[in-house]
Amino acid sequence: MNNPNAQQLLEKLAKDLCIYMDKNNIRKPIFIGIRTGGVWVAKHLMALLNNKNELGILDITFYRDDFSRTGIQPTVKPSQLPLSVDDRHIILVDDVLHTGRTVRAALNEIFDYGRPASVSLAMLVQRDGRELPIQADVVGDSLTLNTTQHVKLSGPDPLTLEIVD
Amino acid sequence: MRHFLNIRELSSEQLTHILDTAESFTSVDGQAVKKVPLLRGKTIVNLFFEPSTRTRTTFELAAKRLSADVLNINIATSATTKGESLLDTLFNLEAMNTDVFIVRHPESGAADFIAKYVAPHVSIINAGDGKHAHPTQAMLDMFTIRKLRKDFSYLSVAIVGDILHSRVARSQIEALNILGAKEVRVIAPRTLLPASVEKLGVKVFQDCKQGLHDVDVVIMLRLQKERMQGAFIPSEHEYFQLYGLTPERLALAKPDALVMHPGPINRGVEISSEVADGPQSVILQQVKYGIAVRMAILSLVISPEQNGAAIES
Repeated sequence: MNNPNAQQLLEKLAKDLCIYMDKNNIRKPIFIGIRTGGVWVAKHLMALLNNKNELGILDITFYRDDFSRTGIQPTVKPSQLPLSVDDRHIILVDDVLHTGRTVRAALNEIFDYGRPASVSLAMLVQRDGRELPIQADVVGDSLTLNTTQHVKLSGPDPLTLEIVD
Repeated sequence: MRHFLNIRELSSEQLTHILDTAESFTSVDGQAVKKVPLLRGKTIVNLFFEPSTRTRTTFELAAKRLSADVLNINIATSATTKGESLLDTLFNLEAMNTDVFIVRHPESGAADFIAKYVAPHVSIINAGDGKHAHPTQAMLDMFTIRKLRKDFSYLSVAIVGDILHSRVARSQIEALNILGAKEVRVIAPRTLLPASVEKLGVKVFQDCKQGLHDVDVVIMLRLQKERMQGAFIPSEHEYFQLYGLTPERLALAKPDALVMHPGPINRGVEISSEVADGPQSVILQQVKYGIAVRMAILSLVISPEQNGAAIES
């Protein structure tokens, strides 16, 4: 399988996100990226949409469901969310949607900061293998991979995608 | 890291890992719900054989902000007063399927002793043992210094007062040396200095004027009257005259020097109110950062060992 072109996917994602926000009447959303890949994707996305607001950054380490198996990641950093998420529309951005567990952790963390008006999910790539009832609202591309394969994002500039065995 | 008993067995990388993890917990303070689910279902026991306000309450808050359950055992009113031995008390608490004991004890070495006998599923954190060590206090002091001054390698730090009875000073000296501070000084009358104190890796001063000259951080210690039998100082009044931190004395240090104190402070004995409440004092920031640092240490002792990234102690 050829590696997807990250730049093309970003442009498609930005275009589809515009249409999605228009259709759902989402005005002045807060963009939140999930560290690390989601932050890179969100920055590129905001640049393409000419959005100069502050990007929220989530580190979901303390909300993961595998702490008792893997412990604390040595790379953990503080989350940085804009002052209040109360009554705001949120565009949650990450690189690859796979099991859905990262998004579950991110949703829990967002709700510990307040009560947003809505949360929409924008993903650069989604693949098969969901373990939770979580779907993206906007995606750059959908892939079907076998269980040994995964999608690797490198960045922050330029972003490149690679399918690794 | 199964237990957290003292500083000296840890490397600079391990101390830095604790400080970095603590840094990431500072954002929890800004959440509307000041809690993360990391230690949900874990039970943490505050086992205090000696009075404490700050350490016990910040450990309790740290545990609660990690969503753990906390048991506060007040030894003064517990079964040990009915003749139960220390180890029997521990075995009973273990039988309740607890995960961490936070131990404060008046005897040096108590935490190490307990760590030798506890069941494999229990971790021990030393919250101060006699005159020996108070490693979580030292870590929150290091966190405060790093937060405000970034790099240890150009810092001169003076620790002033009752070094002899101070477990805080011992742990601070170890941590500062491991993290590569330029210079660690101790300033005290000879009666309040332990024998061969130089071997701890410090420069010794008995005169405040010389000792405070040009330092970046001044750490004041409390006179530990409860550990003193006999006359170590002529009087508190005279001690304040010679060693109390007044604005005039603080002026000998660098103009932006930080003033720290592990608490509780005795105003007019080791520090004047003017300095304790003044612009250079970071005493209350130490308390605030104590929560994030204790959250980090709690989660690291409960965290399963990782390949290469684990901390042994």
